Amino acid sequence: MTNNPREGIAGADESAENSHSTQQTTWREYFSFSTDHKVIGVQYMVTTFIFFLIGGLLAMIIRGELITPKLDVVDRPLYNGLFTLHGTIMIFLWIIPFNVGLANYLVPLMIGARDMAFPRLNAIAFWMIPPGGLLLLSSFLLKSGTAQAGWWSYPPVSLQSPHNQGEVIWILSLVIIGISSIMGGVNFITTIFWMRAPGMTFFRMPIFVWSILSSQLLQLFCLPALTGGLILLLLDITAGTNFFKPSEGGNPILYQHLFWFYSHPAVYVMVLPIFGVFSEILPAFSRNPLFGYRSVALATIALAVISTVVWAHHMFASVTPGWMRILFMFTSMLVAVPTGIKEFAWTATVWRGRLHLLTPMLFALGGAVMFLFAGITGVMLASTPFDLHVNNTYFVVGHFHYVVYNTITMGIFAAIYFWFPKITGRMYVEGWGKIHFWLTFIGANLTFFPMHPLGLHGMLRRVSSYDPEYQWWNVIASLGSFLLGMSTLPFIANIVGSWLRGPKAENNPWHATGLEWQTSSPPPKENFEEIPVVTEPPYHYNDFGETEQPEAAGQE
Amino acid sequence: MRKILNSLLLAAFIAVILLISRWVGQQAYSWMPAQGTAEAKQVDEIFSFLASIGTFVFLGITGVIVYSIITCRAPKGDWSHGHPARGSVKVEILWIVLPTILVLWLSFKNLSIYQQLNIQGLPPVVMHMHMVESADAATVSNDSKPVGEGIDVFAKQWAWSFRYPGNVTSTELHLPVNQPVSLALHAQDVLHGFYVPEFRLKQDMVPGRTITLTLTPERVGQYRLHDSQFSGTYFALMEANVYVESRQAYSQWLAQAASREPTIASNQAVTEYTQATKKIFNSRWQTVQPAEPSVVNYSS
Repeated sequence: MTNNPREGIAGADESAENSHSTQQTTWREYFSFSTDHKVIGVQYMVTTFIFFLIGGLLAMIIRGELITPKLDVVDRPLYNGLFTLHGTIMIFLWIIPFNVGLANYLVPLMIGARDMAFPRLNAIAFWMIPPGGLLLLSSFLLKSGTAQAGWWSYPPVSLQSPHNQGEVIWILSLVIIGISSIMGGVNFITTIFWMRAPGMTFFRMPIFVWSILSSQLLQLFCLPALTGGLILLLLDITAGTNFFKPSEGGNPILYQHLFWFYSHPAVYVMVLPIFGVFSEILPAFSRNPLFGYRSVALATIALAVISTVVWAHHMFASVTPGWMRILFMFTSMLVAVPTGIKEFAWTATVWRGRLHLLTPMLFALGGAVMFLFAGITGVMLASTPFDLHVNNTYFVVGHFHYVVYNTITMGIFAAIYFWFPKITGRMYVEGWGKIHFWLTFIGANLTFFPMHPLGLHGMLRRVSSYDPEYQWWNVIASLGSFLLGMSTLPFIANIVGSWLRGPKAENNPWHATGLEWQTSSPPPKENFEEIPVVTEPPYHYNDFGETEQPEAAGQE
Repeated sequence: MRKILNSLLLAAFIAVILLISRWVGQQAYSWMPAQGTAEAKQVDEIFSFLASIGTFVFLGITGVIVYSIITCRAPKGDWSHGHPARGSVKVEILWIVLPTILVLWLSFKNLSIYQQLNIQGLPPVVMHMHMVESADAATVSNDSKPVGEGIDVFAKQWAWSFRYPGNVTSTELHLPVNQPVSLALHAQDVLHGFYVPEFRLKQDMVPGRTITLTLTPERVGQYRLHDSQFSGTYFALMEANVYVESRQAYSQWLAQAASREPTIASNQAVTEYTQATKKIFNSRWQTVQPAEPSVVNYSS
């Protein structure tokens, strides 16, 4: 498909302007079964962004319902379907596959490889996502509607007729997406282990690559538990088995263990790559090396390991025996240690740096600070006695959304802006990026902060109507969510407009380290003319002698 | 001179965030519902404590970041590098060891509070080898708490009912004040959860298992019992009134309830199921039929 002669990477900086025009991926390719990891990466990111918009729309209907105590916007089965599909779509069709897409694009570039280890497997894994997602959405057409048991699908509610038809579709869809994830896991781990460029030792890999390694190991290790649990659930519905039916001697609590054995680590599958994104962006815009690189890399692995032994903290109020509640309280508290290492390392990186507050940096700083808040409420939730009060209340919903929106989705936006020039070869409009940041930052806090006081006062999650005493904070959260919904509009306009007609980007507009910045923007089909040889530590922002073309900073 | 000034500024910063953290810790009590039980006080104490530590950490780190944002901006287009520091073993060990000590300390503090809550029915924490043997909650109650009243709590889709000594039944929960009560929790169809925000403690209910929750109401008043584990279509309607009253008022009520003939209690879920009102978006999805309304001596 490609035959253009390209200059070596050393000269790529200067030759950017004249080279990428001959080389661009045509738009048709994005709709094809391409095996180019960069095309697949973009396919993932654009597809999942559409699911993000759908999931967001569902959330806004939910918030519309909750603006008043009474039930007036949707009927109850529909409300239950809305929050079930909102959660499922955002987790399994937005954050997890978006991260896979970003990693697909970046990991081979960052380690100096020409592609992923198994390009065809990579394409198959992607092409399972759209049918899986459409299958899930198709359940809206059923007479008994979509799955309505929440994204946890705890039995026995999930087994109950008639909405168990939607549940069957939900399970099939998740199994398809799950198999896609396992394929991705195999591919990423193999790629990172075997396809690194000469000189790219493990401790020269960017933290983003470490975080993908850790999160994909989690996928391989933990996802089978969920897949197994879901298949047993499916058999209970369709084949008359009694694995989880208490009336027939089954054990619904076993499902909770199987579910959380994956779904707690899933939070780390979602958040670790974003910690990786922060660890790339904060040094680049502080002009400092990442402080304590080695300990951040090890903390990434440590987080993955600890996250496999904390799942029962989701079940503190379930029939979990006291010893288990306490044991899991200790392990959950320990999560704070490696997380703290990262948070401290970012702070020390920014400290006395030379800060450029461009859009990616704003999103990364905002995300890091919001994660601090989420981490603190997380430690609170690890405390068994306190959790028994707020378990299943909006306090948990607030905490969770500070992770998945205020940290992860902010981090995703940071990543999109940061690597947009690399991926598209064009620059976005900085002013609109900043507007997007402030709308998002304010909207997200307005939406999710009020959930904490609501939860402390005992408002339970998943209620479709509530006592009038809770209304005040709910109105704030709902208005915030409408602002948050609107905040994606400048983003979409900026990204679409800039992709089509933005000014051409430099190969390395941020003067960042990392192999992906040494090749052209967008990179050629084979990524590098010649596979680079790595001789430097990562985040080499301490080369004082060098003055890098200051005129190239046109975006500020 | 500059060094002294810096240290002074740092000391002042720490002093200020310490004060704010202390204040937040005091405020934290007012962010909770009223303390309806003896157990609530302990939960609120741990929350206040966590809130003040959390505030200190949050303001400390955010303060450093904000300080950097304000004072360390690079001029436009100047991409020269900042400081060359790649790490510092001393600092890194410090920020590994300190949080570890902090969270271990928090865990032990929580453990002791959890022990005092002394939740019956679930096996207590025994810090030696026989942890697993009594994992089945059922009726284990090798406990020191003297229990006064024993009340059965029944949950079904989507209504609560209660059974008192003497086989008196009702749809409201009446509890005598200042006396430990033992609630035997029964779920009849799907998972439910027993939760009165003012009581703090929350416990899931599982069909086929009886779980005992013991608590001591300490404040006379009217509260709301909520279902805290998602139980299906009319989940939000599954609430009941809770009355904590003097021993005398409780006995009077019990006698009055016992004298009434059992009747069919009104049931919001059944009402909604049979006479659905129009919403803006109506899915008209078929749904699970609510259980038969309870037949009780006393219903509101």
